[in-house]
Amino acid sequence: MEWETVIGLEIHAQLATKSKIFSGAAIAYGAEPNTQACAIDLGMPGVLPVLNREAARMAVMLGLSIGAEIARRSVFARKNYFYPDLPKGYQISQYELPIVQKGQLTIDLEDGTRKVIGVTRAHLEEDAGKSLHEDFHGQSGIDLNRAGTPLLEIVSEPEMRSAKEAVAYMKKLHQMVVYLGICDGNMQEGSFRCDANVSVRRKGDPQFGTRAEIKNLNSFRFVERAIEFEIERQIDRIESGGKVVQETRLYDPDKGETRSMRSKEEANDYRYFPDPDLLPLVLDEDFINAARADLPELPDIKKQRFMTQYGLSAYDAGVLTASRELGDYYEAVVAALGGEPKLCANWVTGDFAAFLNKDNRDIADSPVSTAQLAGLLRRIQDRTISGKIAKDVFEALWAGEGDADAIIEKHGLRQITDTSAIEKVIDEVIAANPDQLAQYRAGKDKLFAFFVGQVMKVSKGKANPQQVNDLLMEKLKD
Amino acid sequence: MHEKTIAQLSAGLAVGHFSSEELTCAFLDRIARFNSSLNAFITITAESALTQARAADERRRRGEAGPLTGVPIAHKDIFCTDGVRTSCGSRMLDRFIAPYNATVVEKLNAAGTVMLGKTNMDEFAMGSSNETSFYGPVRNPWDLEAVPGGSSGGSAAAVAARLTPGATGTDTGGSIRQPAALCGITGIKPTYGRVSRWGMIAYASSLDQGGPMARTAEDCALLLGAMAGFDPRDSTSVDRPVPDYIAHLDQPLDGLKVGLPKEYFGEGLDRAVAQAVEAAIAEYRQLGAEMVEISLPNSHLAIPAYYVVAPAECSSNLARFDGVRYGHRCEDPKDLLDLYTRSRGEGFGAEVKRRILVGTFALSAGYYDAYYLKAQQIRRLISEDFRRAFAQVDVIMGPTSPTVAFNLGEKADDPITMYLSDIYTIAVNLAGLPSLSLPVGFVGQRPVGLQLIGDYFAEDRLLNIAHRYQQVSDWHQRTPAAFA
Repeated sequence: MEWETVIGLEIHAQLATKSKIFSGAAIAYGAEPNTQACAIDLGMPGVLPVLNREAARMAVMLGLSIGAEIARRSVFARKNYFYPDLPKGYQISQYELPIVQKGQLTIDLEDGTRKVIGVTRAHLEEDAGKSLHEDFHGQSGIDLNRAGTPLLEIVSEPEMRSAKEAVAYMKKLHQMVVYLGICDGNMQEGSFRCDANVSVRRKGDPQFGTRAEIKNLNSFRFVERAIEFEIERQIDRIESGGKVVQETRLYDPDKGETRSMRSKEEANDYRYFPDPDLLPLVLDEDFINAARADLPELPDIKKQRFMTQYGLSAYDAGVLTASRELGDYYEAVVAALGGEPKLCANWVTGDFAAFLNKDNRDIADSPVSTAQLAGLLRRIQDRTISGKIAKDVFEALWAGEGDADAIIEKHGLRQITDTSAIEKVIDEVIAANPDQLAQYRAGKDKLFAFFVGQVMKVSKGKANPQQVNDLLMEKLKD
Repeated sequence: MHEKTIAQLSAGLAVGHFSSEELTCAFLDRIARFNSSLNAFITITAESALTQARAADERRRRGEAGPLTGVPIAHKDIFCTDGVRTSCGSRMLDRFIAPYNATVVEKLNAAGTVMLGKTNMDEFAMGSSNETSFYGPVRNPWDLEAVPGGSSGGSAAAVAARLTPGATGTDTGGSIRQPAALCGITGIKPTYGRVSRWGMIAYASSLDQGGPMARTAEDCALLLGAMAGFDPRDSTSVDRPVPDYIAHLDQPLDGLKVGLPKEYFGEGLDRAVAQAVEAAIAEYRQLGAEMVEISLPNSHLAIPAYYVVAPAECSSNLARFDGVRYGHRCEDPKDLLDLYTRSRGEGFGAEVKRRILVGTFALSAGYYDAYYLKAQQIRRLISEDFRRAFAQVDVIMGPTSPTVAFNLGEKADDPITMYLSDIYTIAVNLAGLPSLSLPVGFVGQRPVGLQLIGDYFAEDRLLNIAHRYQQVSDWHQRTPAAFA
């Protein structure tokens, strides 16, 4: 039996505003419990919400970036349910008329093809607080710092057909919101999290199967694993004569499985209705145009430009435009060096990225500035040092030993290009290895590499490799 | 002193006939003497009142006094008052000390008024007789067997008995106008959005509106001038300049076109009340007004629509009272559900529970379209009725309530009859219009109120129309004998 998987994602992106969506309280992760909650966030009697203009602007930016319709009039609604960390007994969200509708996102698949995934809607809402069940001895603690944090819930069409596609979509959306500067994208802190709706059906069946919703997936890896597990579970269940029930499931990353949280019957009736404390959100053209003017160059467009302007491969251009910061860094290095875009790409995607990764640093706190990296590349370009030595210089740059030129001077790393000096080393090496010389001359060509290695070793890597090659070739002929 | 209006007290303070401290002491004395028979106040803030009065006198000495500086008033206990219990007439908030001031309180403080205390009210403003209060019913100063009306019954009774020269109230379906009528005083519900709702504990957010209650239209004009205005903390407040209400008071009424809706004079209106209202209308003719019969054909839908919209909003607004962060919490909850059900079960009274249940039902899946959505459509029809009327007339007049004050307990067990007491006032809230009630006579010893309804933001016109009548009548000057 051939099965087809149907996946739709609901992604919550926390908007990077300074204050909450309906109050002036600050938003900063990790503050002492209840120190960032004002009377409004506490749901005190008589308080009223006022929309944070910035949150609306950010929602519009996303909408424009995914080619969506921006609602000139959208409505905030109350989603009513009781929970101790939901101070008002309702969450302010958008229901029937969301701010963003009908967008699309193009994802890149592993086989090199692309696929367009529809975005049904994106709506603004407030986050709830947090219940803390540990350390309170039979009681629960409530932290309302997160209550009222602005979220943009972005809902896809059920158009993904595998866990890999779902991850590709999520990554693409993640890249987009971070590019736009509307979300910090920090998944560990919950700034970007995902619920996945998963169902399976027999290939060719026009009807969707019954879906399960998997809650709160906060890493790309978990999304992939949870969906894979869920697909298997649903297929097993149907093939063994059972039925999938509509329910909400929770992914347990330790066990790598999903388990039932609540069934459809236990689901709340949220009694949505328009929030009478907030007038409909009406956006005029000026507001939308101002948001459009704030849009940065979007990833796909930037990637295309990198390919044509710098002659980069699709792969390199993709890596370099994965984040706005990396692309900016790269372009600054090229500009400082005044050319050599391929060399710059190799270094930025190679050693530079590797060192960032190793130290777990952001580009913003890279110890190597774009000017410093360009300074190093200039010395490769003018053959002062070899590419191999350059790696050592980069390490020293990273360690903060100063600019490339200073490091090259200090450690005497200048490349040896003086023919007589190189010849001298070659003569030494040949003299010290008479057996290998005899074998080489007897036809064992492979030993050429041995001699190159020896010469480089004796010159401490400083001999110009091309010259070493040429001169060795001559000398070994005799 | 207690016989004087706010305007007269303001003049007396200005020329130094008495100080605010003396004035405040005089009213505090009256409260001490009479409140036990009326139960108009839930909390009396004597100490802070004297502090405010002295500060007002000091301001006056520095030459910084305005017309309301040093004038004592009372606040309905629905307005949050920083550091003072704000109970909303409910056991749920019996021990709730508000951590901030409502905008209305803040503005009246800034104008220099002195708060004597917090007045009694129907629980969470749900009621028309002040009998649903956790603190017990308020009595009508004109007849202690009668209700004062509700929900701003404490404010109305306190003004009528001269325990305070003025008070704040709120009006969701008639809660300023109906008690003003039943207690023989003047009260105005402004246009929705005219007065900030920040810090006013919500009953039905799309209908609630704060306003002043006092003896005269002139006093209401003084208070409203201080209360009204745009508030960036209330998204539904309207950014529009506040006119000088006092300046408009004396405008003549020649050629004023008054609409008399036939629906407000039909079946259900007490004959004696009708007579008093008709006498007032005759008086208005004398003042130059022209009467036109009009129709508000959807009037009969106002009560059913209101009793869907208001409970629906209240079911959501009152969800925050869950025993978790503040307010009443039951003893020894065994789990979360127990905490919720017992805290709310014990904290709320019967009428509040009734409306929460009705509202929860009206918003439930499968019923929303039939009830809430339908009710919103009716609101639009009702607004349309008024829009058509105001294309034809300047103001609408009619009775405020179909009867005079009824007896305590008379309707307490019959919610439908009780709801009918607001039959003429509710449509105004559904449309968001301004409306005023002024005293125009008595049936026996119980007062009759005339309701004026104006077009959006026509508060100045309503106050003017009421004021001109009060220049030629003395109903507003009468004091209940027991409180003279």
